[in-house]
Amino acid sequence: MAAKGAGRREGHQSGCMNEILAGLLEAGRLILTLDADLIEISLRSLQVTLTAVAVSSAIGLPLGCWLAVRRFRFRRFVIATLNALMGLPPVVVGLIVYLLLSRAGPFGVFGLLFTPTAMIIAQVIILTPLIASISHQAIRELWAQYHDLLISLNTTRWQRIATLLWDGRRALLTASLAGFGRGIGEVGAIMIVGGNIDHATRVLTTAISLETGKGNFSLALALGFVLIGLAVVVNLLIHTLSRTEVSGRW
Amino acid sequence: MVTSILPLNVTDAVVRRRGKTLLGPVSTTVSDSGLSIVMGPNGAGKTTLLRLLHGMERVSGGGSLQWQIPEEDARALQAFVFQSPIMMRRTALDNVAYPLMTHGVSKKDARSRAAEWLERVGLADSAQKQATVLSGGERQKLALARALIRKPEILFLDEPCANLDGRATREFETLLMQAFKDGTRVVMSTHDIGQARRLAEDVWFIHHGQILEQTPAAEFFASPKTSEARAFLKGDIVE
Repeated sequence: MAAKGAGRREGHQSGCMNEILAGLLEAGRLILTLDADLIEISLRSLQVTLTAVAVSSAIGLPLGCWLAVRRFRFRRFVIATLNALMGLPPVVVGLIVYLLLSRAGPFGVFGLLFTPTAMIIAQVIILTPLIASISHQAIRELWAQYHDLLISLNTTRWQRIATLLWDGRRALLTASLAGFGRGIGEVGAIMIVGGNIDHATRVLTTAISLETGKGNFSLALALGFVLIGLAVVVNLLIHTLSRTEVSGRW
Repeated sequence: MVTSILPLNVTDAVVRRRGKTLLGPVSTTVSDSGLSIVMGPNGAGKTTLLRLLHGMERVSGGGSLQWQIPEEDARALQAFVFQSPIMMRRTALDNVAYPLMTHGVSKKDARSRAAEWLERVGLADSAQKQATVLSGGERQKLALARALIRKPEILFLDEPCANLDGRATREFETLLMQAFKDGTRVVMSTHDIGQARRLAEDVWFIHHGQILEQTPAAEFFASPKTSEARAFLKGDIVE
């Protein structure tokens, strides 16, 4: 199939540009007509990734902060492992979660395979190390800056962590957004554990993959543009709500 | 009667880091009132001494710090102003209120007391500004207000005016003298001899991690006992 696609591209140089244009137009049409399928899979994309980001942030942000503040024996090792896990191949995560959730697997009784919940679980595994690692970097700098003051003021460990999380909230937002960026565009894991079932587990990325496979390029492209637009809109929305770019704030 | 945390007795305190002795052995007594100025060349151990007294350095090898009340309780009645003020990423008001908020005072009360302190140090107009946009002089005044808000019995200052210009230094000294008159014990390091002459009641002269002299200011400036202090006051380079 890849060879066929390559042949098409070589054969129709101008056809390629036409397809992108057709994709844009199709994207516009789908959005303007509020296409029911498009809205359904877009919302599911958001639901899966936003839930995964929320769960991963709840684990990853305090974990990153704790690693920055606490000195213990295997700290370096844990941090190195975390950094390595940032590069986890989604397909492998998908495969492992698939095996764990499949009928014969240890969690098979819950019947989660091919549900949005399974997709969320897979994404949490992919996103948590990323969010923890980025937040660790940010908090470590802030901690170096605050260290003497917080020691001098005789704060407890939990007060220190709370202070760093609060004062570092904008940097931590960036960590969560990086997680969102990785999650919303991820296809390998959710394809395997979700199965791309229409009206059940189909999301934007798996739909793009499917339409491309069917040779339905303009629809695939349209979905792609919607996906990019969605990522941009969510980022802008969060930045606006948190007023990160307001001038005068460090 | 309220028990004071002072005087503080220091016995044979040594500070080592990575096998290198930074300070000591130092034995001294910090009396319950006064304004002491710690002087000495760079690297003499001024900062380390102040941090040691404040409990921020571990005492190595047998020495001890003895407050009049248990150490944990004594920690609450001390404050420290750093050479480069540490500004939290918050408003000026919340920076000053922070020490109260972490020690059981409600947010509302902490903020209203912080506002009073900002008024006192002349930063009332900057209350809602982010602390990180303040100027050097404003930052150090903010740090002083933050240090004083919990009414410490003893205040340590580590070269607080090192990066300030003349006017900011004068304003800072006025505020510091006010705190001193209100009964705060002050221990401050500086290598500005003029500032030491203006403020000191007694001078601790430090060289190579040892306290060489601890004498009343008038006596120290008139006739320093050690040759190092004489050279230092004359403006020679002391190594």
